[in-house]
Amino acid sequence: MHINIDHIRIVNIDNIIEETPSIRTLIFRDKLSSNAHPGQFLMVWIPRVEELPLSVMISDKKMHAAITIRKGGFGSTALFNKKVGEIIGIRGPYGNHFTIIKNMKKALLIGGGTGLVPLMRLATKMNEFGINSTFVMGARSKTEVFFEKQANRFLKNTKHKVIVTTDDGSYGFKGSATDTLATIIKEEKFDRVYTCGPELMMKKVFALASEYSVSVEASLERYMKCGIGICGSCCVGEQLVCKEGTVFNEKDLRLMTEFGRIYRDKTGRKSHIVDYN
Amino acid sequence: MKQNSKYNNDILRVNISSLSLRNPTILASGFLGISQELFNKLYRYGVGAVVSKSISTQPMEGYKNPTVVSLGNGSYLNAVGLSNPGAESFSKEVISNKQVPLIISLVGSTDSDFLPMVKKFDHLNICGYEINLSCPHVTQMGMEVGDDPEMVNRIIKTVKSYSRKPLFVKVGVGNSDIIAVAQIAKDAGADGITAINTIRAMTIDIETSMPILSNRIGGLSGKPIKSIGIRCVYEISKKLKIPVIGCGGVFTWEDAVEFMLAGASAIQLGSVIGYEGIIAFSRITSGIKKYLERKGLKNAMELIGLAHKY
Repeated sequence: MHINIDHIRIVNIDNIIEETPSIRTLIFRDKLSSNAHPGQFLMVWIPRVEELPLSVMISDKKMHAAITIRKGGFGSTALFNKKVGEIIGIRGPYGNHFTIIKNMKKALLIGGGTGLVPLMRLATKMNEFGINSTFVMGARSKTEVFFEKQANRFLKNTKHKVIVTTDDGSYGFKGSATDTLATIIKEEKFDRVYTCGPELMMKKVFALASEYSVSVEASLERYMKCGIGICGSCCVGEQLVCKEGTVFNEKDLRLMTEFGRIYRDKTGRKSHIVDYN
Repeated sequence: MKQNSKYNNDILRVNISSLSLRNPTILASGFLGISQELFNKLYRYGVGAVVSKSISTQPMEGYKNPTVVSLGNGSYLNAVGLSNPGAESFSKEVISNKQVPLIISLVGSTDSDFLPMVKKFDHLNICGYEINLSCPHVTQMGMEVGDDPEMVNRIIKTVKSYSRKPLFVKVGVGNSDIIAVAQIAKDAGADGITAINTIRAMTIDIETSMPILSNRIGGLSGKPIKSIGIRCVYEISKKLKIPVIGCGGVFTWEDAVEFMLAGASAIQLGSVIGYEGIIAFSRITSGIKKYLERKGLKNAMELIGLAHKY
């Protein structure tokens, strides 16, 4: 039977992984999501509470997928507190996705927080295509580091490096993810840099990659309502993150005057992005 | 601009009150309507005019998600809750507007809400107003105001007393007779009527027994309401002899032509964007053009109200 991806599908939470004290991964069975491309997202319905756009996380279980959520606001906390056996609704997957260049040899993945989710799905693709990858993960401190083991596992068939950085130096390299990028990109040649995380981090990644003439793809986040390209809430200039994104390449990013600068709130008012030190 | 020349075509040009549009396709209020850069893009893609999201005196967050539900078969249910950046912020957004024929949709509870808003927009490069008297899912705004004849009269008189720009009133199918509301609007000095808005509707998820929209009840748009829209446009334009902009489930050039034959001077597009994006404007426009040529008509305005004589 043909499934309309815009219609909410009710799924059961089969398993929950505690990644950090404030981040959990919820695993559910859904064929469409299990086949999602890296960078695509789901609109996740927490019945009678909220609906949130969330990047599709990978699950080891066949026909399963996952979402990784940081508790924070009203909706994300309600989702974080869901128990095994409870239900949520999903629609999608929506949006475009990270792309792999033909004959690609080396990739660099860099992200932080729940921005690591689409990069994890991308890591499995790198493994599948035999592309050597360096994966830089930024966190504030040791307690907030997650996905390190999984990233090594997802990349196991390729020559790979997973580098963790913490702002306070309590684990891995001390400093930001982009500090590490600044060092690596000088020494090694990459075919493409993929990034997802705090927007000011991505802006630095874009600036560094541009300096060294390396192609970039960044997965952006904006406040969303419909997820299907009609309401306009998620616009960055003339582009819609839900439809033309979430992934934009260096050509798009160069033309986006709002990238790394302007974010629209629920009312549509513009405010300045201040998410990264 | 060379890119625009294919949309500047006299056969498609329509006049509605004092407005002259290069073609009869207009972006309906509520869709894609908060970014000047998006308006510019829509104009590049061939839109005849753009109606903004409904703007209120103060910023509004709207309802929590889910606010939009796709029902399939070309229809949506929405209760966005009139989220908008407010008049002050939005007037700054559109201050740079140069070439887009931009109609500002305004919403408010009383006549006193409207004058300060009109004062913020009237000196900008905008081509008119559309007063939203028909949003079916926010209390004391939209339709609830439209159901109060005296308030409708006062709002329109207030806006017209200050502005010389054309004023359209968007009406819907609700408690009050749509023709009666349109009549009041006309008598108060409105230059045209936009018909129709979404129609109060609901959807329930059968696995959880829960209404999906956070507001439970919302407005139905898209293909299922087209024939209701045709009927309203036909009756309003025939009885009231006032310019009407048709809205409701236009997906194809055939739908657009049908609205014009019913009496619409132009048509608004919304739900179709969810299916094919903003390319819909040029596709529908070129369909209308071919139809006009096949029928041997010199201008799209010759279609307006042709069905009235039968």
